[in-house]
Amino acid sequence: MPSMIVYYAHPGHRHSTVNAAMQSGLDALSNLTRVDLYHEYPRHNINIETEQNRLLEHDIIVFQFPFFWYSTPSILKEWQDLVLEYGFAYGPGGDKLAGKTILAATSTGGEVQDYSLEGKHQTDIRGLLKPLECTARLCQINFAAPYVLFNALSKDNATEKQSHIDGYVKLLSTLQSGALPVDQIISNNTLGWRDVDQLMETK
Amino acid sequence: MTSLLLVAFLFLIAGVIAVPIASRFGLGSVLGYLLAGIAISPILYALNIDVISIQHIAEFGVVMMLFLVGLELEPRMLWQMKTRLIGLGGLQVCVTTALITGIAMLFGFYWTIALAIGLVLCLSSTAIVLQSLNEKGLMKSDGGQAGFSVLLFQDIAVIPMLALIPLLAMPELMDTASSAAEHVSGTGSHSETEGGHGVGDEADHDSGHESGLSLVEHLHGWQRAAVTLGAIAAVIVCGYFLVRPLFRYIAMANLREIFVATALMLVVGIALLMSLVGLSPALGTFLAGVVLATSEYRHELESDIDPFKGLLLGLFFITVGASINFSLLGENLLLILGLTIGLILLKAFVLLVLSFIFKVNGGDRWLFSLSLAQAGEFGFVLLSFTVANQVIPESVADKLLLCVALSMLLTPLLFVAYDRLIAPRFVKSDAREPDTIDEKGKVIIAGIGRFGGVINRILKSAGHNTVVVDHNAASLETFRKFGIHAYYGDATRPDLLHAAGIDEADLLVVAIDDESQINSIVHYVRHNYPDIHIVARAISRHHVYALYAAGANDIIRDTFDSATRAGRSALEALGVHSYEAEKLIKGFVEFDQYALREVASVFDENIPAGENQAYIDKVKSIMPLQDAAMQGKTDMFSGSYGRGWIPPGKTTDQDSEQ
Repeated sequence: MPSMIVYYAHPGHRHSTVNAAMQSGLDALSNLTRVDLYHEYPRHNINIETEQNRLLEHDIIVFQFPFFWYSTPSILKEWQDLVLEYGFAYGPGGDKLAGKTILAATSTGGEVQDYSLEGKHQTDIRGLLKPLECTARLCQINFAAPYVLFNALSKDNATEKQSHIDGYVKLLSTLQSGALPVDQIISNNTLGWRDVDQLMETK
Repeated sequence: MTSLLLVAFLFLIAGVIAVPIASRFGLGSVLGYLLAGIAISPILYALNIDVISIQHIAEFGVVMMLFLVGLELEPRMLWQMKTRLIGLGGLQVCVTTALITGIAMLFGFYWTIALAIGLVLCLSSTAIVLQSLNEKGLMKSDGGQAGFSVLLFQDIAVIPMLALIPLLAMPELMDTASSAAEHVSGTGSHSETEGGHGVGDEADHDSGHESGLSLVEHLHGWQRAAVTLGAIAAVIVCGYFLVRPLFRYIAMANLREIFVATALMLVVGIALLMSLVGLSPALGTFLAGVVLATSEYRHELESDIDPFKGLLLGLFFITVGASINFSLLGENLLLILGLTIGLILLKAFVLLVLSFIFKVNGGDRWLFSLSLAQAGEFGFVLLSFTVANQVIPESVADKLLLCVALSMLLTPLLFVAYDRLIAPRFVKSDAREPDTIDEKGKVIIAGIGRFGGVINRILKSAGHNTVVVDHNAASLETFRKFGIHAYYGDATRPDLLHAAGIDEADLLVVAIDDESQINSIVHYVRHNYPDIHIVARAISRHHVYALYAAGANDIIRDTFDSATRAGRSALEALGVHSYEAEKLIKGFVEFDQYALREVASVFDENIPAGENQAYIDKVKSIMPLQDAAMQGKTDMFSGSYGRGWIPPGKTTDQDSEQ
């Protein structure tokens, strides 16, 4: 049974609808380590030692964050800059994280068609998440297909949002219990709540 | 009484007139004093005032000066100086003495007299040299340091010289008393009998004086040595273990004049002990100074003793000027001028050669050679001692006395020559080596209570040099126990700030807790040192205005930051997300600074805030703005609650309703 840690990064938690609800949904799961980065480090004073120990103790690392300016919120970048040290995460002797898996769970304001080579942003979400993926690869960490919700700010898709929130809890609980082996979500491009349902059914 | 006042007034007015003039022409204070002495010498002579006995009192200024020099010199630094102290100082004394002795023998003096003359003239003037070096800020230069090593060695060397000189007299007195007289007449003395009479007088007087006040007069050699070593040990041990509790006890009384009296008592006491065992008082107080150099009372002692030292040294220089016997000088003008110049050239030459051996380079070499080329005040002491012991005939001694005084008179001119002719040539080489400045940008922290203590710890742990001054003896003692070095003293006193090194400091942190004292420090320092950076502690919001007016660079309210942090903790405890609490507090601080600026225009320090209607109205008009900002109902403050991370399509009002 793989151990799992969820890093949550949302500077405007108070204003959030989807991400806050996803966090509440995780309350149902036990044996899950949860870190609200903005709560734990309100002055961005990340404790490298603590974070590295947390990484060593877990097999699956989930980053849950709203998609800001084609990237992660700043504290998650700060976290990467500080915690993934030379000699720890990469470089000579830097194989401490080898074999672990990163799962990014993010939500965008833009619609799904915006995130394509022909769309508004002329890049798809996998392309925009490349920095995180490359970071994972350099650290010999598997980069799972990101779990994405598009159009997260719309007021007209309440049911879909709820499905996304439920799907998130389902995905994490099955990964954590081992019911869904983590290598089964490596090859997908992205994951949505429908993909999660499908994976459940094939089980 | 009247005559005492008259003499005091004479000396004071001479100094007050001459010294500023000399300083203005860049000649230094020492030459000013010397000229003042020359100017008043006819009046003193007419009033039949004994200049020499005044000079003996004034010599105590040298004792005090060495105490102060010792205070500046930690034992560690003294140890680092050992090569130069012994090598450079020892060679200077030996080589100069040998050369002068040789030359004196060529003039036909018997070897004992020649050697005594050599010993007298090899010494330099600690008083003039250190005073001039300090005045010109050259004390820390390599030349200044080398010069100081030599002077220190000379001060030590005086002790064996005082032991040696009576031995020189013995064979002469026993066997061939007349041969000395022959030599004297050989050099062109006018009256043999008169000279002899004078010598006898002096000897009687001096020996009586000595035997009355010496502990070691009738002891054997080894006992004498034991007592001497015991006295030195006593100074060191007492300085280390007794002085600190004593000063702590005195500091508790909080009476400044008693502290000054204690400092004086300490210096006078050590000088007395040293004289009793036949040691140089200057050396004793120097040692005491070194022992106290690491104590927390160092700067307070410095600023207490310094005025006395300055006045006594001034008096000393005046008496040197006044004691020049112009009738004797007139009679032997060429001889004495020639001897003086020859002496200066010879001493400068020896020093120059030594400077090559000990690698004193560039402009420092010339500073070192020229500054120490005179004979010194110890020369006076040794001369009267040799006369008293019938080693040198008085007629010869009188002329030598003139040489010593003249060479001291010429020394400030040599410093002027160094300044104007030599130093400019080496300016380039000085500018090239900024690394050799041993003292880094210093920080002075006034007050090491709960506020200054933290600041000091931060700066120290970040590797910065700090000098901490506080006037709470009890808390200083506590800090000492934790290895934090702070100095006792009232930081509102300019002289203490000066002693703590404000002239060279880059930063002053005023961390004491008395509002008016903070103001006066900031005011004084900003006025006198426009370039120094001042971080000041403000006791209240209104105090901020006063400090701003006084010219502090950074004004930090002492409880504001901690209060906002406590407020943040309170918000977190109420369930506010810690990042939200952080942003709220940032907004609050930003608003507070805005309010502080807004209200400044109507604040009047002469009207209590509660009675200033314009002030009350302004504050009342601003307070609702703050509430709005804190509740996110305005976008006035970028860092505050209202803005940041609000998704598109939402507004702050909507949000706060949810």
